[in-house]
Amino acid sequence: MADSIVLDVTRYRPEDESSPTTQNYEIPLRKDWSVLDGLNHVKDHLDGTLSYRWSCRMGICGSCGMTINGEPKLACATFLADCAPGPVRIEPLNNFPVVRDLVVEIHDFMTKLSTVKPWIIRDDEKAPADGEYLQTPAELAQYKQFSMCINCMLCYSACPVYGLDSDFLGPAAIALAQRYNLDSRDQGGHERLDVLSAEEGVWDCTFVGECTRACPKGVDPAGAIQRYKLTAATESIKALLMPWGKR
Amino acid sequence: MSGDAGLDYRGFYARWYKPRLSRLWWLRRRTYLLFIIRELTSVFVAWSVVFLLLMIRAVAQGAPEYERFLELSRNPWILALNLVTLCLVVFHTVTWFIVAPQAMVVRLRGRQVPGRLILLAHYAAWVVLTALVAFVVLA
Repeated sequence: MADSIVLDVTRYRPEDESSPTTQNYEIPLRKDWSVLDGLNHVKDHLDGTLSYRWSCRMGICGSCGMTINGEPKLACATFLADCAPGPVRIEPLNNFPVVRDLVVEIHDFMTKLSTVKPWIIRDDEKAPADGEYLQTPAELAQYKQFSMCINCMLCYSACPVYGLDSDFLGPAAIALAQRYNLDSRDQGGHERLDVLSAEEGVWDCTFVGECTRACPKGVDPAGAIQRYKLTAATESIKALLMPWGKR
Repeated sequence: MSGDAGLDYRGFYARWYKPRLSRLWWLRRRTYLLFIIRELTSVFVAWSVVFLLLMIRAVAQGAPEYERFLELSRNPWILALNLVTLCLVVFHTVTWFIVAPQAMVVRLRGRQVPGRLILLAHYAAWVVLTALVAFVVLA
């Protein structure tokens, strides 16, 4: 194994330049170094002006999503040795405005996420003294994979529909809505219906399936969206046949 | 969409770099290309339906009209179009079957039916329907 590798990192310094450029850094190639370790080496030893997001280094916080050799990846879960001999092309996530270097603007996703009310909604809240809401392993299995989402936005970066139409609610927000819709303790499905069944909700999705392939946590947002299309269609037929029914 | 994700720092909006998706985005990845081909197949699926309806109309209008329809079908251009249509409709069907297990979650006696079985059921239904059509046409 060579003892060094080159990182081709996209830089964008809005005070100096109107479009991104590429800067190369040669760093040590170590077997146990992820791309994030490489960027941290650059930041600490070569160029303190490089900007990027990171936090946990273990695939939980969802901060270090970037485009590595053209693929949306977590920098902490992509190893330099797997990219050898390099160079490793590191760009910001696709489909988001770039604030600086590898830092993208995520306001759009954060706003959309809150519109699907990703929390347990109850019609009748029990007092804490009355104990917890029990759930069987089978009921847990219904939504568990969707609860693995870490909001890293790699699925938005992979989705060409979101790239073409930023009004699309997007894969992670819909998968997280389903995480609660399919939870036996939740009673708020009707409160999420309008946002999810809108045109820019599930119906914008054309089932490219790239979101599911990009997900670093094994979530299947494409599946969640297709399943909700059936729910949305059923609900709209129900509303048509029984307009007096509860929504 | 409106909402408040804390402090609104969008005052710097003018300084963000907003890349545009190129018109040829679908050539960037094999999966995107396959997806676009799949979307295009819908035009040929529509043609296959129109062709079928024309045939039914010709049959309903009696033998001379049906003969004329057969004559039209023998036209090399129509023959070529129908050959391309057949290939693309099969592509459409197969790719649809591949994604079906992702969209369909079926539970039987509390257990989730494995995706492979759902795929198999689709192919089985295809074979049965094809056999039925073949029986009606050939018998």
